Amino acid sequence: MAPRTLFDKIWDSHVVETLPDSTAILYIDRHLVHEVTSPQAFEGLRLSGRRLRHPDATIAVVDHNVPTSDRTLPIEEADSRNQIETLERNVKEFGVPYFPLLSARQGIVHVVGPEQGISLPGMTIVCGDSHTSTHGAMGALAFGIGTSEVEHVMATQTILQKPAKNMKVVVEGQVGPGVTAKDIMLAIIGHIGTAGGTGHVIEFAGSAIRELDMAGRMTLCNMSIEAGARAGLVAPDETTFEYVRGRPFAPKGEAFDEAVAYWKTLASDEGAHYDRVVELRAEDITPVLTWGTSPETVIPVTGNVPDPAAEADPARRRQMQRMLDYMGLEAGQKIAGTPVDVVFIGSCTNSRIEDLRAAASIAAGRKVAPGVRAMIVPGSGIVKAQAEEEGLDKVFLEAGFEWREAGCSMCLGMNPDRLTPGQRCASTSNRNFEGRQGPGGRTHLLSPAMAAAAAVTGTLTDVRELI
Amino acid sequence: MDKFTVLTAVAAPLPEENIDTDKIIPARFLKTTKRSGLGVHAFDSMRYRPDGTENPDFVLNQEPYRKAEILITYDNLGCGSSREHAPWALLDFGIRCVIAPSFADIFNNNCFKNGILPIALPREVCTQLMDDARQGANSRLTVDLARQVIIRPDGQEVPFDVDPLRKQLLLEGLDDIGQTLQHEKAITTFEQRRAQAQPWIPHIVLD
Ligand code: SF4
Repeated sequence: MAPRTLFDKIWDSHVVETLPDSTAILYIDRHLVHEVTSPQAFEGLRLSGRRLRHPDATIAVVDHNVPTSDRTLPIEEADSRNQIETLERNVKEFGVPYFPLLSARQGIVHVVGPEQGISLPGMTIVCGDSHTSTHGAMGALAFGIGTSEVEHVMATQTILQKPAKNMKVVVEGQVGPGVTAKDIMLAIIGHIGTAGGTGHVIEFAGSAIRELDMAGRMTLCNMSIEAGARAGLVAPDETTFEYVRGRPFAPKGEAFDEAVAYWKTLASDEGAHYDRVVELRAEDITPVLTWGTSPETVIPVTGNVPDPAAEADPARRRQMQRMLDYMGLEAGQKIAGTPVDVVFIGSCTNSRIEDLRAAASIAAGRKVAPGVRAMIVPGSGIVKAQAEEEGLDKVFLEAGFEWREAGCSMCLGMNPDRLTPGQRCASTSNRNFEGRQGPGGRTHLLSPAMAAAAAVTGTLTDVRELI
Repeated sequence: MDKFTVLTAVAAPLPEENIDTDKIIPARFLKTTKRSGLGVHAFDSMRYRPDGTENPDFVLNQEPYRKAEILITYDNLGCGSSREHAPWALLDFGIRCVIAPSFADIFNNNCFKNGILPIALPREVCTQLMDDARQGANSRLTVDLARQVIIRPDGQEVPFDVDPLRKQLLLEGLDDIGQTLQHEKAITTFEQRRAQAQPWIPHIVLD
């Protein structure tokens, strides 16, 4: 057989049937469900008298519009409450396993899946949410789907898909101090652009990637979507197996060994074909952030905001100017030193225990700058509990950060955690689109350590000055 | 799902790249549990001013484009969040066909699944069609899916590509699930084979 990539292998092993036009009926191992993109799917099932084919391959959580303050109080926003209650009715009616709001296992769906051992190597995983790509860090083919597809997976445990193209992003070398998985990924997106991965599944490879822990790999795969790709992947290795071992829903004992033996066969073969290969040197990557309203507007924290006048294409020039106006920045200004109003550390990109540790190491012994609101939102109840066990909550609280309950929070303006117009936010999330964090809000994407540095200095700051 | 056969309609030019789904329908409108009713919020941040009044400069607030059923943009339309509310909002506004040099993958899929036809054409052609669209009410475009052509107001035909299966489903107004369930036997066989080959795959059962 011709050498195959990791993607090819997972794909081939899940094709139920190929239709005449090369569309595959692709089998789905795990379906993650949340309150925002599922109500219309359940409604569809009900209207057509269908049931879930495999509730035992499905897990539901609430994350997008849950408040991250005191959970014992009733949810104030009526439409949020309605979506949550609708999900609770639906999981009951259709027999779907569900982690309710007050469960310690509740959290952002893309944090919960790997953490519970629900997302495993070699699987196909879908969810009605584009950042499903996160689970690719496990060495699983994981991608976001729309609500009609959610209904399709519920009814058939399959999805209709055309094979994607293979792309490899190789990062060799060793990153310098203060450079994290987030910086690597932002650097990649800055390099290939938000459409750079369109139609492709990106496999991340190279020594700098192998060195990353699972949280870092999840950050990379999470933002594959911002690079336009359908999914991101990292080949499963010892780091992966050790991460999976002992997780609540992972195979145990002999079954685990059998699984590992299979997972070891998944890595791309020598000589496998990639439609596109991009290479970066780890040494060239510095702490970075975004200046505009597209995730590709990446500059080093030591850099200057670009000048639209230098852009030849008039449409792009206009767009850059619009971004500058929206962001309240001047062409050519130094980005470091720009004052921030809010710091948000959280989201499925950067809310795992490793991310909180990185932020805490900067926050420790320092104080949040006067006038800055700084929030820490753990990715799940489990992450929160772990952080509290390690005393990170105290570090943050003493420094003047808010220590909140798990959820999507200020990643998107859907729950009470929102920016007000004109507020500037240093955010560890994944999208900086206009209004993403609240109407008129200005988002700079960066790593947890850089976010913590912004919190304690009150400005966008090179984290290396604080380590 | 409504059938898509021949559409003759006003087209609205929106000459921007990277119009993301947040722009098509901002997150704060996603709290509905139904598919209909999102049209008034389509393009909210471009369409309305901060005080809630209409922005007269925005194309969909102008005649005849208030009744546009075709939308023409530049590259990477529908990038960002996978929300299907984006095509629902477009559909509820009345858009049945979107034309751009390229589309984000998920958005492209979601359009088809909701009876909207996305047509990818080179940028120059999109620019020409935008010029046509700017000539006002009497300057309609016709999209003939069966023949895979767009007919410009001067009668010139622009051919386009479309996936044959997608085309069939749109022409017949058929939903995907019914189609897939015709292959249910194959799904069952696949499941049995896997249960034997990989018995370690856990079932999710809560106590
Ligand atoms: S944290 Fe943000 S990106 Fe992640 S699932 Fe929630 S809303 Fe989506």
